[in-house]
Amino acid sequence: MQTAEALPTVEVAQKLGLTEDEFHKIVEIMGRTPNFTELSIFSVMWSEHCSYKNSITYLKKLPRKGEHLLVEAGEENAGLIDIGDGLACAFKIESHNHPSAIEPYQGAATGVGGIHRDIFTMGARPIAALNSLRFGDIDNPKTQHLMKGVVKGIGNYGNCFGVPTVGGEVYFDKCYQQNILVNAMSVGIVKVGETVSAIADGPGNPVLIVGSATGKDGIHGATFASADLTEDSSQDLPAVQVGDPFQEKLLLEATLEAIKTGAIVGMQDMGAAGITCSTSEMSAKSKTGMKIDLDKVPTRQADMKPFEILLSESQERMLIVCHKGQEQKLYDVFDKWDLECEHIGEVTDTGIIDFYAKGELVASVPADPLVLGGGAPVYDRMYSRPAYLDEVSAFSIDKVKEPTDLVAAARQVFASPNIVSKRWIYQQYDSMVRTNTMTTNAISDAAVIRLKDSKKSLVVTVDCNGSYVYANPYVGAMIAVSEAARNIVCSGGEPAAITNCLNFGNPYDEGVYYQFVNALKGMGEACEKFNTPVTGGNVSFYNQSVYKDSTEPVFPTPTIGMLGIMEEGKKHMTMDFKQAGDEIYLIGDVVNDIGSSEYVKIVHGIDKSTVPHFDLQKEFDLQTALKGLISSDAVCSLHDISEGGLFTCLMESSMPNNLGFVINTDAAYRKDAYLFGEAQSRVVASVAADKVAEFENQLAAQNVLFYKLGKVSNGDLAIDGQDFGSLAGWTEMYNTTIENKLEN
Amino acid sequence: MKFGVVVFPGSNCDEDMRHVLGDVLGQEVDMLWHKNDKLEGFGPGDCIVLPGGFSYGDYLRSGAIAKLSPIMQQVITFANSGGYVIGICNGFQILCESGLLPGVLLANDSQKFICKNLHVKVDNADTPFTQKASADQVLKIPIAHADGRYYATAEVLKTLEDNNQVLFRYCAEDASLGDGHNPNGSLNHIAGICNAGQNVFGMMPHPERASEDILGNTQGRLLFESLIEASKKASLEGAIA
Repeated sequence: MQTAEALPTVEVAQKLGLTEDEFHKIVEIMGRTPNFTELSIFSVMWSEHCSYKNSITYLKKLPRKGEHLLVEAGEENAGLIDIGDGLACAFKIESHNHPSAIEPYQGAATGVGGIHRDIFTMGARPIAALNSLRFGDIDNPKTQHLMKGVVKGIGNYGNCFGVPTVGGEVYFDKCYQQNILVNAMSVGIVKVGETVSAIADGPGNPVLIVGSATGKDGIHGATFASADLTEDSSQDLPAVQVGDPFQEKLLLEATLEAIKTGAIVGMQDMGAAGITCSTSEMSAKSKTGMKIDLDKVPTRQADMKPFEILLSESQERMLIVCHKGQEQKLYDVFDKWDLECEHIGEVTDTGIIDFYAKGELVASVPADPLVLGGGAPVYDRMYSRPAYLDEVSAFSIDKVKEPTDLVAAARQVFASPNIVSKRWIYQQYDSMVRTNTMTTNAISDAAVIRLKDSKKSLVVTVDCNGSYVYANPYVGAMIAVSEAARNIVCSGGEPAAITNCLNFGNPYDEGVYYQFVNALKGMGEACEKFNTPVTGGNVSFYNQSVYKDSTEPVFPTPTIGMLGIMEEGKKHMTMDFKQAGDEIYLIGDVVNDIGSSEYVKIVHGIDKSTVPHFDLQKEFDLQTALKGLISSDAVCSLHDISEGGLFTCLMESSMPNNLGFVINTDAAYRKDAYLFGEAQSRVVASVAADKVAEFENQLAAQNVLFYKLGKVSNGDLAIDGQDFGSLAGWTEMYNTTIENKLEN
Repeated sequence: MKFGVVVFPGSNCDEDMRHVLGDVLGQEVDMLWHKNDKLEGFGPGDCIVLPGGFSYGDYLRSGAIAKLSPIMQQVITFANSGGYVIGICNGFQILCESGLLPGVLLANDSQKFICKNLHVKVDNADTPFTQKASADQVLKIPIAHADGRYYATAEVLKTLEDNNQVLFRYCAEDASLGDGHNPNGSLNHIAGICNAGQNVFGMMPHPERASEDILGNTQGRLLFESLIEASKKASLEGAIA
């Protein structure tokens, strides 16, 4: 063992992000004081990002079992669902918040690259990408700089990689001003039985590294992701990785081809904590060890120190364990694709990973204590109800005056960056490559992806309204799951499973941890109800901005990525009105509720109000009824009522075909609540005249409430006889508000 | 007739093209690896397709490295001997870089990647690539590119126009032309051109993304069907002669 250097102290451990207790635990595990390289390995592996130490207790309480799950949550790099016809779907969402806040282009790009790698390292070909973004005030120049960088980063990476970005969501709120959220999701397809595991079986088997050379980028990225962002964070720039989508495209094609040779025992991509994480996780899973020669790792620059090679988060790399004697098969494939493939070590039976450099042992660490489920620490943090919730529950609609000019209020709500079209963003993403996107010419609440090897289609969506979760973590998280399921059902799909990206503040803050614990409780209950188990995902703590004299956590934002399946012969239901004269119905309850709506925030300037009205059983009954309406062909369009309320929903159904609506509200309810309230479990349907009886009978039989609002028009917009102006004007505002802000 | 779809490192519409030509249109399709320095089994009446994507990562300049690949030397010879060659998007960029088509494709005037449905007008319906269309017919076909702004010298443009080599122009749904309907700043609203011999054709929009009912748009199929018919007719005439 190299002993020239002085052994690190508790202070050094703390600088690496470890606590004093954790340092002592490491000394106990090792039976000696670790050297700096070893301590660095523990620091990244025990960071929140890799170990889930502050979240795993509650993650384990989520429903994680289901008849279609092929691997349990956390077992592999991504969740895997049997979708029938001999196919499985691998899918996962992950955050890249902190890198994107510092260097938006590379941060977002490598977020996309990393999540796709998680999918194809399992042997699945990525076929669709989605993303969920949060920014601060859109009029702030810093926000615009971040937006432009993030969107370009996601676009350039995904477009070049050749996987369509088919869906997403974007919200703006000042709570995300310093700490934006960039969550990327990938969905892939693999034949059942052709997946690859992240294992290192068979002592004596060679260990290969494939892909890009290792550089100094991203060192300590995982630790960086697990600390508060501060005003000095830009000095951490080397912690941000640099991506190369062309390399990743080659790595994808070569990897899938290499799997077919049968020479691969196990494989894991290198993301957070690089070689350290992949070697220890693969070894721990197989109860084996490894002997790795760091001198054999191709590097981008000379004289990289062992800890730099070990912790580098250089992108587009894979670690492969190969059947001994079959190396040549893999060399041939990677040579065909002009990728470097180096033999850097062997699997051992010691349970220990030994890293050598210049002939000397520079680090020797046991695999199991490094990893989640092994010896990595697990904490159950203290939590208490944050004081702001008192302000939230003090809200009452009766204290809010109804506006006298409804058209002006509608204009204010509709022009919100959270409501208007995000086309400035999504047109920078290739949404059609691979020619499977069924929602290019037939838009629906969720994206629908044709499977060329099956008669089924996938239906996918990402959803989370963080302000609802802020108002009530338990109910808000239930709503996130419910809205995702509703979007899938409104598109003609059947919800199957979820992946989650849990973006929260500092877990050592008791109020933040209260949000976390309660959000997971709500999420779990909703997932049980819809029979959509959690297949995996990612936890991102420390999303808060540190100012000189205060700390502000972001809204608790547990983003839900949901996968649905549209069975053969099922109808793809779309959201646009089809023809003038069709009847417009509201399915669900009408409630005097404006809590947490865009309306109450924008028109009345109230930023703390109650979570929108929600009842999980009613949501479930609504979705069951909607499936029946689609099956019996009773509706022409379905569109769920979400941000911006009924008015926005009607506009969104009108604009695609230049139609309109002439409707009446109900005098028993406040008109602002009727038009702009965001009470949940409600959907707007358009129904052809000859289907009205069947539509009404079906809903009545299932005890689901419905209201006839009026009719689809040829472009007139009228509510209770009041003219709301020309559709063209509203459409112009909808389409150009964001680009006008960003391009001027 | 046989199609060959070239696979460059970084091609990402190669499989989409194979799917449409083979699975949808029932044609014989070979995938051609970029390192091939031979092009065997392709004769007059057959067609080589350069698909969309980011060949060689678009490093240096879109298409600039691809033109130096072994397969492209074969494709150039094939084109010069009268074989059909189609380049879509990145393929169009490669055709311009390799000199098989005149002009160049510059960065979009917005400096952004743009992916959306748009309309193009058939400007010359009397070519192997457009013969099943009618003159001035408007087709809805999507684009997805960052470097699609067609540029050429005034002299080259004049030659293209005089010879009716412009096959498609960006337009409104009603066929009218204008800067508001030109997504990238292309000169003369050019979306696609052919060579003087009418056997080499390139366009920025993606007809293979508009060739199936399940995707809600089949208007791009007209291109492939035109070429299949042209090839059939040519081989019939060849047989009679």
